[in-house]
Amino acid sequence: MFYREAGQFKTSYKKDQSILPIFQDRIAMVAMLIFCFIVIPLFANDYWLASILVPFLALSLAALGLNVLTGYAGQISLGTAAFMAVGAFAAFNLQVRVPEIPFLIAFLWGGFCAAGVGILFGLPSLRIKGFYLAVATLAAQFFIEWLFTHFDWFTNYSTSGVITAPPMTLLGMAIDNPLSKYFLVLSIVVICAFFVRNLARSEIGRAWMAVRDMDIAAEAIGINLMKTKLLAFGVSSFLCGLAGALWAYVVLGTVEPQAFDIARSFEILFMIVIGGLGSVSGAFLGAGFMILLPILLNNVGSLITGGTISTETIAHIEYMVFGAFIIFFLIVEPNGLARLWQTGKEKLRLWPFPY
Amino acid sequence: MDWWFFLEVFIGGLLSGVMYSLVALGFVLIFKASGVFNFAQGAMVLFAALTFVRLLEMGIPMLAAVGVTMIIMVILAIAIERIVLRPLVNQDLIILFMATIGLNYFIEGMAQLVWDSKVHVLDLGIDEYDAFEIGEAFINKFDVYAALIAGGLVLVLSLFFRYTVIGRALRAVADDHQAALSVGIPLRTIWIYVWSTAGLVALVAGAVWGSKLGVQFAISSVALKAIPVLIIGGFTSVPGAILGGLIVGCGEKLAEVYLGGFVGGAIENWFPYMLALLVLMIRPEGIFGEKIIERV
Amino acid sequence: MNDQKFVDRSEVMMNIKDINLSFGGLKALSGVSLKINKGEVLAIIGPNGAGKSSMLNVISGIYVPQEGEVEWKGKLRKKIAPHDIARMGIARTFQNIALFKGMSALENILTGRNILMKRNIIMEMLYMGLGRSQEEKHRKKAEEIIDFLEIQSIRKMPVSRLPYGLQKRVELGRALALEPELLLLDEPMAGMNVEEKEDMCRFILDVNEQFGTTIVLIEHDMGVVMDISDRVVVLDYGIKIADGTPDEVRSEQKVIDAYLGAG
Repeated sequence: MFYREAGQFKTSYKKDQSILPIFQDRIAMVAMLIFCFIVIPLFANDYWLASILVPFLALSLAALGLNVLTGYAGQISLGTAAFMAVGAFAAFNLQVRVPEIPFLIAFLWGGFCAAGVGILFGLPSLRIKGFYLAVATLAAQFFIEWLFTHFDWFTNYSTSGVITAPPMTLLGMAIDNPLSKYFLVLSIVVICAFFVRNLARSEIGRAWMAVRDMDIAAEAIGINLMKTKLLAFGVSSFLCGLAGALWAYVVLGTVEPQAFDIARSFEILFMIVIGGLGSVSGAFLGAGFMILLPILLNNVGSLITGGTISTETIAHIEYMVFGAFIIFFLIVEPNGLARLWQTGKEKLRLWPFPY
Repeated sequence: MDWWFFLEVFIGGLLSGVMYSLVALGFVLIFKASGVFNFAQGAMVLFAALTFVRLLEMGIPMLAAVGVTMIIMVILAIAIERIVLRPLVNQDLIILFMATIGLNYFIEGMAQLVWDSKVHVLDLGIDEYDAFEIGEAFINKFDVYAALIAGGLVLVLSLFFRYTVIGRALRAVADDHQAALSVGIPLRTIWIYVWSTAGLVALVAGAVWGSKLGVQFAISSVALKAIPVLIIGGFTSVPGAILGGLIVGCGEKLAEVYLGGFVGGAIENWFPYMLALLVLMIRPEGIFGEKIIERV
Repeated sequence: MNDQKFVDRSEVMMNIKDINLSFGGLKALSGVSLKINKGEVLAIIGPNGAGKSSMLNVISGIYVPQEGEVEWKGKLRKKIAPHDIARMGIARTFQNIALFKGMSALENILTGRNILMKRNIIMEMLYMGLGRSQEEKHRKKAEEIIDFLEIQSIRKMPVSRLPYGLQKRVELGRALALEPELLLLDEPMAGMNVEEKEDMCRFILDVNEQFGTTIVLIEHDMGVVMDISDRVVVLDYGIKIADGTPDEVRSEQKVIDAYLGAG
């Protein structure tokens, strides 16, 4: 009843092309932004901000990046975490060597470095596809991990082994408490999501999807495969690099290669599979799922057994649950939570009528 | 240049290479029969090894333990076929691949949940420190025995594929599911056979690696090494898995010893992958693999 | 019957001179010469394995003949990258539908407009300026094609859910979106029923008459070929055995023999 489109005729293609053509969607978006920017900061406590929301946002950004590459452009990547690491280390190295640079510039620099590395490791994609490309990205993952662990230059010859991220100040204000960190990450992520959404429905987005769906036909209509794929690698790695810098600076407070290992790469891949390949909302839904599920399991587990389950056991159950959900989604709804959400909306459009 | 040392490293590399081949073999089996890259092979190795070692610890004699583990692996194979493979039968291979990633996580979690995640020592009755002497090179006896076991299994499976009816049926299935179905090959039964055989291979690999490294979670990452082996050798080829394994085993040991010093060591982690990348650029289907031609 | 239409045979779009095409040891085309005139509908026919698809691929530029020359609009054409073919003004459809399954019909057709759009990442990211205006402009164009092909009602549908006949129509639409001078259709009627064939014939003729697009098609249905083509070229075992109007060709002994497998 509430979600009906009746009476909302788009009288021009212009209106049909706008980012949220259905009026109710627009309200929902505004409501959500109000919720994120105003309601949450008013009511959320530090634990939620620092341990759940900020990591959620940072990982969503990485998932968004991977979704650009894998969901839209169809190039599978198992090396997401490596590109995050490049972003984090590049930002760190710039600030350490040129201390006057504002951290936001350092973040952008991290993104661009990651983009460069991403394009480099994306070059094999011009000759190899699908699974083989996944292997090339695995090579990137292992190599980059090794690179940052074995060459002290990257950690600025730190002897303690723990590299603290430089403090962040914006316009004189220090960004060091959960609330300011939350606003920082939220703003960055919302802007990036906006950009990706626009890209996805422009000629670049269509070029990506064409390459994903049938590259031979894409070439036949004039799409340059090399440029399109490398652009996908570039944009995707930029976002992942940015996410990596955020992860190191804001979430961890340290810059360490261990945070960007192969487990992380798989984690982000799982996010976009569960959340929905090729959609912006999918990145957020998937990240939310992966972050909230362990908490849920923990709580449910404690409830059932009265707190006697070890963290180890929880970890094992987590593995099993993640694995099971991946398989479940791939079987039931390969387009993930995002498609389930859309199907739900479609049903809502007809509600309360069954057809 | 110390040639005896080189020989030692080289042969050591070959021997560990055979063990890689053993793990890779499990992948080849499943890929040949269903075109699926079973990312969960590593977890299967872990699960088989854990089951085996725990049964032994419970006092069950070795042969019985092998038998019971095999039965469990077959049950696992049936469950996988029913729950994961059957619903995804017509999907893109990349979707199946991702499903096996999910399966990998699931089995890893299950293995450790059921048995536990401590390191278990597995004693197969072979002394780990005894060595053959050839000139001034020391060749580890354990490695040799392991290589012989692995080699033997590989040989048996190669012959099986080539000369038996089931072997041919497996090759038909690998080529074209629909065609195989249309000539009456029971797809599902075949898959259960294949995954069970892969389970057997996983058990042998798990036992061999487990007695070398101790049975623990890290074993499943041995499977990640199998990927470069397959890329170099070709996904559909058993001799390819052997050759690929030898190349990777040797290559990484030699690189570690002779190049590792310059760059801080531990290049074993990525060197096989870079080798694989190189092969991918030059000859994407691997040394013995089959070329895939896309038609529009 | 097309005898009423005036075809300017003086302007040659493509001149294929004496080409030989081989794959390894297999000779696909031998000594084939062919002129494609501007504005005509040319059909390439022949028994299976005659080299029709190879011929189409040579015309489009995907295959480069080992010997012989191809002239496009008077200039010698050397090897070109696959993605440059569309920019030259040549579009094609495929035998097995090559639509982008993850997109809707409208999006497929819009993607065909890509070569006519300028890429500007910043503007596209912001959906401002050029990024926005060209979306609207080309959306209008795509809608014109949709109107022309009468597929308005299904344009937002994911193409994988469309029936076969409509998918073929969408693929035609996508090729038209390129505003090609030369349109290559690879068995456009394959798998269609009588009504669908009639519709497709109508559209092909409309494209030719309204937009002046030169059309080359491979087709097995002789009725269609006779009805809509201005000229027919017959291939057999990689050799051209006939070249003329439908009436001329259908009564040639060589052609009859080729199809009946005589000799």
